[in-house]
Amino acid sequence: MAEEKEKKYTTVSIPTPLFKKIEERIKGTGFTSVSSYVTYVLREIIAEDEEPEEAFSKEDEERVKARLRALGYLD
Amino acid sequence: MIAPHGGKLIERVDFSDRAREEAMELPRLNVTLDEARDLGNIGHGVFSPLEGYMSREDFENVLADGRLSNDLPWTIPIVKDVSREDVDMLLKEDEVALFYENKPIAILKVEEIYPYDKKEYAEKMFRTTSIEHPGVANLMGKKEHLVGGKITLVNDPPTKFSRYKLWPKETRVLFKERGWKTVVGFQTRNAPHIGHEYVQKTALTFVDGLFINPLIGKKKRGDFKDEVIIAAYEALFEHYYPKNSATISILETEMRYAGPREAIFHAIMRKNFGCTHFIVGRDHAGVGNFYGPYEAQEIFYEYPDLGITPLFFRSFFYCKKCGTVVNEKICPHGPEEHVNFSGTKIREMLLKGEKPPELMMRPEVAEAILQFDNPFVE
Repeated sequence: MAEEKEKKYTTVSIPTPLFKKIEERIKGTGFTSVSSYVTYVLREIIAEDEEPEEAFSKEDEERVKARLRALGYLD
Repeated sequence: MIAPHGGKLIERVDFSDRAREEAMELPRLNVTLDEARDLGNIGHGVFSPLEGYMSREDFENVLADGRLSNDLPWTIPIVKDVSREDVDMLLKEDEVALFYENKPIAILKVEEIYPYDKKEYAEKMFRTTSIEHPGVANLMGKKEHLVGGKITLVNDPPTKFSRYKLWPKETRVLFKERGWKTVVGFQTRNAPHIGHEYVQKTALTFVDGLFINPLIGKKKRGDFKDEVIIAAYEALFEHYYPKNSATISILETEMRYAGPREAIFHAIMRKNFGCTHFIVGRDHAGVGNFYGPYEAQEIFYEYPDLGITPLFFRSFFYCKKCGTVVNEKICPHGPEEHVNFSGTKIREMLLKGEKPPELMMRPEVAEAILQFDNPFVE
C-alpha cells in the first residue's frame, strides 16, 4: 500500500462547446473539474440501469415465510 | 423490490454435513465473535456484493476512493488480519477453516496475503491517527497482514437474539408480504427517546414501511447494552407503533465509528435488506468531535450511484412555545424555549434509577430499561 498505485483513468472525448458549458456550469459548485462532473453524471445514469434482483425460488420463499410466521413477523 | 447492491444478493452458504466435515479437517484460523458475525453477514448477503475478504486491489481502492475496484460504492474495508505465523501456514494452504470457539464458521479460499500500513489505513478510514479514536485504537491492535479470498459459511455465527435476527433474504420476503414497496431503514445503537421516535415517524409518513435495525455488536463503555435496546424498542412498538407499518430486526456487526464512511456502509447494508430509503441523522456513526455534525450527510452527495435514497434529519427537540416536538428547520423560537433530548441527561437519570420526563422518553420505554440492574456497557 505504501506505493500509491497508478489510477485507472482513461480519456473520453466530448465536443469542446459542451466542455466549455460544463466548465461554466460547475463554477461555484463542489465540482473541481469537468472530469469530476462528468464522472458524477455518468455514475448516476449507470446506476439507474442496475439489473433487477433474481427472484427467489418458490421453495425458498415458502421456507422463509414459514420462519417469519414462526417468529411472529407474519400472521 | 429494490435491487441489492451490485445487482445480486450474495448467498455463500453450505450447511451440508459434507461441508462441515470438510471444515473440521482443514487447518484452522481463529476468528473473534465480531469476525464470526461478519462472516455471517458475507455469507447471507448483508455485505453484497462482497463474497469474502477483500483482495488487495479492493482494499486499496476502498481506502483511496471509497469504491471497490469495479467502481461500485463501498467505504469500509472488510478484511481479516493475520500474524506472521498465520502467513507461514496460509502460504501452504488453498483453503482454511475459520473457527470461533472450536466451531467452524466458514471455509476461506486463500487467494491473496498482503501487508498493509496501519497509519495510512487509519488516516484514510478515520481521518485521524489518534488512538483516542476507538476505531483507530482497535486498528492499531490488529495483526500485520491481511488475507483475501471468498468464504463459504458452514455454520451461522452464534447469537443471543435469534428471535430478532433476519437476513436480507428474509426481510425482502417480509417487506413483499406486507406489501411495502418503499421502506425506510433506521440504524441505531441507542434505546429510543422521543426525538428518535419523531424522526422515524416523520420518515414513515412518506414511505410504506419502517425498518428499525439496531446494530448489535462490540460497543464502547457507556453504550446501552444490546438486550436493553431490544427491550426498549419492544415497549415502544407495543404502545406507539402501528403494527403493520413498522418492524424490527437486529444487525450484528461492530461499530467502526468511521463517521461519514460508515454512514454510506450502513446505507448499503440496509439497501441489501430491501430498504429504499435510509435515515441519516446528526453525527451518524461518529464519536467525540472527530467529525462535523453533518459530514455524514454531506458524503452522500459523492455517491449518485448508491441506489438507496438518504433522508437527512436535523435533531428534534421539544419547543415550549410551539408546544410540540420540532427541529430547527421548522421552529422559529430561540434556544431558551427548547428542551433537548440529551442522551447524556437521559443516561444520568436512568443510572440513578429515575424515569426521564415524558417529554424526553416514553414511560413504557423507561420502565423497560429500568428493569435491568445496569442498562449500560461497563
